[in-house]
Amino acid sequence: MPKVHYLNASYGLKSWLLTTDHKRIALLYLASVTFFFFIGGLFATMIRIHLLTPGGFLVSPETYNKLFTMHGVTMVFFFLIPSIPAIIGNFLIPIMIGAKDLAFPKLNLLSWYIYIIGGCFVLYSFSTGGLDTGWTFYTPLSSIYSNSAVTPAVIGVFINGFSSILTGLNFLVTIHTMRAPGMTWFRLPLFVWAHYATSIIFVLGTPVIAITLLLAGLERMFHLGFFNPAMGGDPILFQHLFWFYSHPAVYIMILPAMGVISEIIPTFARRPIFGYSFIAGSSIAIAVIGFLVWAHHMFLTGESVYAALAFSLMSYLVAIPSAVKVFNWTSTLYKGSISYDTPMLYALGFIGLFLVGGLTGLFLACLGLDIHLHDTYFVVAHFHYIMVGGAVMGYVGGLHFWWPKITGRMYPEFLARIAAVVLFVGFNLTFFPQFVLGYLGMPRRYHSYPPEFQALNVMSTAGASILALGYLLPMVYLVWSLKYGAIAGPNPWPATGLEWKTASPPPTENFDVTPVVDWEPYDFEHRPDLALEPGIGGLLPAHGDD
Amino acid sequence: MSDHIASPKLYVGIFLALMVGTALTVFAAYKDLGPWNIVVALAIATFKATLVVLFFMHAKYSPKRTHLVIICAVFWLGIMLALTLTDYHTRHDFSFLRSPATTVTRSV
Repeated sequence: MPKVHYLNASYGLKSWLLTTDHKRIALLYLASVTFFFFIGGLFATMIRIHLLTPGGFLVSPETYNKLFTMHGVTMVFFFLIPSIPAIIGNFLIPIMIGAKDLAFPKLNLLSWYIYIIGGCFVLYSFSTGGLDTGWTFYTPLSSIYSNSAVTPAVIGVFINGFSSILTGLNFLVTIHTMRAPGMTWFRLPLFVWAHYATSIIFVLGTPVIAITLLLAGLERMFHLGFFNPAMGGDPILFQHLFWFYSHPAVYIMILPAMGVISEIIPTFARRPIFGYSFIAGSSIAIAVIGFLVWAHHMFLTGESVYAALAFSLMSYLVAIPSAVKVFNWTSTLYKGSISYDTPMLYALGFIGLFLVGGLTGLFLACLGLDIHLHDTYFVVAHFHYIMVGGAVMGYVGGLHFWWPKITGRMYPEFLARIAAVVLFVGFNLTFFPQFVLGYLGMPRRYHSYPPEFQALNVMSTAGASILALGYLLPMVYLVWSLKYGAIAGPNPWPATGLEWKTASPPPTENFDVTPVVDWEPYDFEHRPDLALEPGIGGLLPAHGDD
Repeated sequence: MSDHIASPKLYVGIFLALMVGTALTVFAAYKDLGPWNIVVALAIATFKATLVVLFFMHAKYSPKRTHLVIICAVFWLGIMLALTLTDYHTRHDFSFLRSPATTVTRSV
């Protein structure tokens, strides 16, 4: 381990709270995002315990409404959206492109403070009675009728949006202007491409949700008629504006996870990634097409048949770049020298779960089928397969993959593999029964259900307790590894990216000398520095190879 | 980043143009132009916003990459407006698809 690195270069609370080092800011995010993850997880646990019996025995119906709302608001805005970009992306993007920091280091720190201020408003809302509008804040419930603490929550989410915008802006400028010599666009790691696409959504989409929530807040506080029909407003307009951001926000969550998977798969298959340019291009395609599909959330809320047809068609189109990625990842595995280290287990889990989540998304994009499935547990299961099975699997997998780089120490591999399997089993047991429940007609957001649905609900709750164990295990052994983990060395896997060329943990300036990149991405074959055994490192598949 | 320094005269001119635009907006608000109400109001607002972006935000003197960013943002705004309007402008156009039985049920 190097004597001086970013973790011990300076000491004291001030050196952390006023740091402009992207790596330290990433760790500030890690602590705060983990805090919100546990808050959101606590609400989820209470929801699942409540649903053990058909009548629900834990909380009142009103409190139940608040629980699922606060679970959604916390997880979407304060965990899923910032998790991979603000933690792993923040830490890695400058190192991956050979830069010393992000383009605007002070803006980066400001992003974190804005996130914390937004989070405080939301916590204030939770602690003064909570809110019951659903994470979607639909009007006129949120703007007129709800008696819960909607205003501080709306202000909190509004403020938090600026954190996303600044992070996205920082990434875009950094990737454009600070690449090391030789780091051309098509030598960028796919993780960086994924974050470039994510940043486009951050910058172009987030202002819309910010202003939309501001309008809802103004309607609530000052009775201005934007969305209330009684005052000449239109509630469907809120849904259009809300989903214009909030559907692309799904891609904010999943694209960075896809970037993580694109790094893990070639490393543990010891092969160059199959179809690099297609994976890079598909990230951009998902970001762009993702902006054209939002009204598929509104098929049953009174939008026109013509618009529904158009949005249904465009929703199907997103499947194409998504499938391009899945096919290319599996093609990379083909004839690879695969090792099942923990990050790879998460990556393989991601592919399977994302596939289920993505394909059930097509069910919901289908106009006829959506009438049956709309607002049922089928939808809940679908988006949890994408957000938990996809985004969180990618996040936890990425955390394991780069943990040696972040901390300089290895996590306990055996325990980590067990945790990965526990997570996978727990996740499926929690959410697969919900597909069945939804298909059978159990609506979402209800505090009670008919007795015939109890067996599946008990399965789901049992799965949730296994899932909780799967999250607690890494929490414990990752903290343990900070002191007792084996020294990792610069490149323990070994992997091909520039981040593995510097020390673990890296120095504050990332590299002692600005690196020059003269190799192609994911090329194991021409990298004697990786010291792979002869024959491993993989050739590109031969033409006509079956 | 643009190094161009605009003259105070230009800024005052733009400011006056914005004031005239505001007066026009208020004036137009008192006239009933039927369906043109919204068109006129948005046209004046767009003209004023363009002046602000070009001169106060120095877009006129900025590099082409900045122009590209602005064009992208306006294009995205266009996507939001156009696709939202596909809903509002076609809500009743497909009523002929309903079967007579459905129509009767609905009217009841």
